[in-house]
Amino acid sequence: MTSVVRLSSTVVVTGFLLAAVWTLGVVVVGGCTTRRPVIAVDGSSTLYPISEALAEEFRDFGLAHVTVGVSGTGGGFRKFCRGDVALIGASRPIRPSEASDCLAHDRDYIELPIAYDGIAVVVHRSNTWVDALTVDELRRIWSPRTGTDERVERWSDLRPGWPARTIRLYGPGLDSGTYDYFTKAIVGSEGASRADYTSSEDDNMLVRGVAHDPDALAFFGLAYYAENRDKLRLIAIDDNDDSNGVGPVAPSLETIRSGSYQPLTRPIFIYADKVQSRRPEVRAFVNYYLERGPRIASEIGYVPLPFDAYVSVRHDFWSGLGGSRFGGQGSTIGVSVEQLLAHSERGRPDKAMAPATW
Amino acid sequence: MADTPTSRRERTFERLLLACASVSVATTLAIVLVLVIETLRFFAEVPLLRFVTDVEWRPRFAEPSFGIWPLVLGTCLTTVVALAVAAPLGLLSAVYLVEYASNRVRRILRPTLDLLAAVPTIVYGYFALAVINPFLQGIIPGLATYNPLSPGIAIGIMITPLVSSLGSDAIDAVPENLREAAYALGASRLATIVNVVLPGAATAIGGAVLLGVSRAMGETMIVAVAGGQQPRLSLDLRIPIETMTAFIVRAAEGDTPAGTLAYRTLFAVGTTLFLMTFTTNLIARRLMRRSRLA
Amino acid sequence: MLFAIGLAATLIPLVLLLILGVHVVWTGWERLDLAFVTSFPSRFPASAGILPGLLGSLWIVSVTAIVALPIGIGTAIYLEEYGRFTASPNGIRFHLARVIDININNLASVPSIIYGLLGLEIFARTLGFGRSLLAGGLTMALLVLPMVIISTREAFRAVPRSVRDAGLALGCSRWQVTRYIVLPMIWPAVLAGSIFAVSRAFGEAAPLIVLGAVSYVDFLPGDLSAPFTALPIQIFYWLSRPQAGFEIDAAAGIVVLLMTLLGLNGFAIYLRYRYRTAA
Repeated sequence: MTSVVRLSSTVVVTGFLLAAVWTLGVVVVGGCTTRRPVIAVDGSSTLYPISEALAEEFRDFGLAHVTVGVSGTGGGFRKFCRGDVALIGASRPIRPSEASDCLAHDRDYIELPIAYDGIAVVVHRSNTWVDALTVDELRRIWSPRTGTDERVERWSDLRPGWPARTIRLYGPGLDSGTYDYFTKAIVGSEGASRADYTSSEDDNMLVRGVAHDPDALAFFGLAYYAENRDKLRLIAIDDNDDSNGVGPVAPSLETIRSGSYQPLTRPIFIYADKVQSRRPEVRAFVNYYLERGPRIASEIGYVPLPFDAYVSVRHDFWSGLGGSRFGGQGSTIGVSVEQLLAHSERGRPDKAMAPATW
Repeated sequence: MADTPTSRRERTFERLLLACASVSVATTLAIVLVLVIETLRFFAEVPLLRFVTDVEWRPRFAEPSFGIWPLVLGTCLTTVVALAVAAPLGLLSAVYLVEYASNRVRRILRPTLDLLAAVPTIVYGYFALAVINPFLQGIIPGLATYNPLSPGIAIGIMITPLVSSLGSDAIDAVPENLREAAYALGASRLATIVNVVLPGAATAIGGAVLLGVSRAMGETMIVAVAGGQQPRLSLDLRIPIETMTAFIVRAAEGDTPAGTLAYRTLFAVGTTLFLMTFTTNLIARRLMRRSRLA
Repeated sequence: MLFAIGLAATLIPLVLLLILGVHVVWTGWERLDLAFVTSFPSRFPASAGILPGLLGSLWIVSVTAIVALPIGIGTAIYLEEYGRFTASPNGIRFHLARVIDININNLASVPSIIYGLLGLEIFARTLGFGRSLLAGGLTMALLVLPMVIISTREAFRAVPRSVRDAGLALGCSRWQVTRYIVLPMIWPAVLAGSIFAVSRAFGEAAPLIVLGAVSYVDFLPGDLSAPFTALPIQIFYWLSRPQAGFEIDAAAGIVVLLMTLLGLNGFAIYLRYRYRTAA
């Protein structure tokens, strides 16, 4: 009989332990969280470091919880048009198909430029043979496979003196705005590229891939280079256009701001859902984004717009000015700050724009 | 049965328990149903012929290609590497544990080996990426950050206890009188093992190895962390590949709303994986049953 | 000779695991403190923590246990007590039990990611639970169910038939035999098996990622319908970031994960040991 008593007491003790753990969990969880509203942010991995930093700081205000996803610019727009998220980061302007998708779902968006980014082309730090590449060479590397063209497989295919080893390519995936912009700028149209490279919407994976692979070549937002300077080597790009700078130009604060790092300099945006922006916590977060964002952006490695530009952008948000500066045409190469801030020629194709009533 | 309160309660309990038991049947049905339905929807958009004859897997690109073989090959590469590690280690270990080890040693070692299988797979993923790969990069020239070799080795270590345990059961099941007969004829221990025990346990050992294969094919986290995201038809173990499981994880992480082709692609690949592991398991179990070790 | 090779083969995986353990502890040690366990993830590796992941995992394991244990033990009882010892070998009960038996063995060898797809379609989409803790917990429950059933059945099989027959002979109904005679004998073994199975749910990440667990969550889930993350997923996320600081965080997270599992499994092993000595 004693063994039964012993066994059942074991059971009782175990039961209590499990119940205690459960209760503890519930209490801790319940105690730490009051039911706060959630602001869903998603989109570009280029914007992600900024959004993540701002979400972390915004947490201290206790107004709302911010979740940040990384579905890429394309994935972000899809979610945005469906109404799943309040805010997305986009490393290229909205495209025609996305604009009409939003129209179909009755979603108005407010386009807010945040900073300038220069897409960095990087190689492993032990790669000593490449200092610069021309746009033409990049095009040859990344063009899609067509039957007759010769494919660039090895470094020696580009320039004779280089090693006869296969170039290991890493690049953003198809939902990435960086991918869209890069292919448009280098190959000629959005989405046109070879398919045999390691593609990932997560730029960190690309960095890791290149960092341990001496034959690797990749492209991603400058911030990811800036944070991993010790592992990577930056390549200067020569666009054969002396009007914006002679010879190969490497991305940096100066070259991006002056517009000489072409064609890979581009503005990056956040898009705010007009309806969701009526929520006070969303307004507060977007405001915070526009105020603190530039500082964070430059910490991370992007180039903020001029100070008064943000006044104009904030005004756009507060007046609910919808539509896209680029007429919903997607990636546009060589956009200057003035063009960015121009108030004319804006709007969605057929819906009249009314200022938001807060 | 009399309609007493006891018998009524008895029947209620039995029905309750039967309901519990039917959950597992319902689960199987649900798995099959879900996979079949979404896969059929996938093939409504992408013809089966393309799935089987295309040579590239790039479902989202401008000119998509839906050949499943790169992913299947990726899975096979990691599985083969895993097997190259687990089969010898597992079987040699099984031989040792059954034929040579004393009872006390066996009682300590077997549960310790089982501990290996209880370690979560993400830990093995860390192992592959942070320990095995850097180590191998010092030895093998041209080894990329992501490749099928490092995760394959990690998977192999993970399934070694499975192979060892099942192999032990297989060797244990060989009747003692066979061994005695061999000894009586003057054979050494080694000769007995090689010529009598192992052939006798061969079918069951085959089953054990196949179960390990199936486990390795279904492994997800290790290859998602260390295998890479570049599906390709190549036998080179040093360059990034993508397995079926890694693709599903990666694609599901992104945006796949229900009803889209992207969503259904998950299930098409999932069904392929399911068929491969199910068939392997079926053969494995048949082998083990044939040696009367069900 | 074979002795030496065999012994080496047995020890090699253990040695490698030891190396892994030492590496993980060595790498993650500097980040392991109370702050790590009570902080949220951050863009600064030095201040990142695992709180949402840890609690998310605890929640999921709780849901898994609550759902899987009763159903699993119930199934095992049915199969062992009602399915095996029926009078007629061709009766419907017998065949039903055989079908379920084969079925469970199949389910146990289905890759975990398939369960993720199942949960995605059924719990998240069709039943509308979305990317929630509830969907995650239910999916994991289905995943561990076969293991609960198998280990519970083993415990039941350890009881000799004579005990049951004695009970029946004394006039007990089948349920009374199970509830009052057999179960009390094997409770610790059943519990141990259940803990082993449920601790599997603590370390699995693949099905949860497919279901939609997010990697960046800086708040704690308020209820079962909230977006969630889990400890192995946070580790996975940190492993994908190239900065060395995050690798340290991943190692520290793994140490916490392993220690929790060690605690759970250790307790289960203790139970099993006590059962063996008491029986």
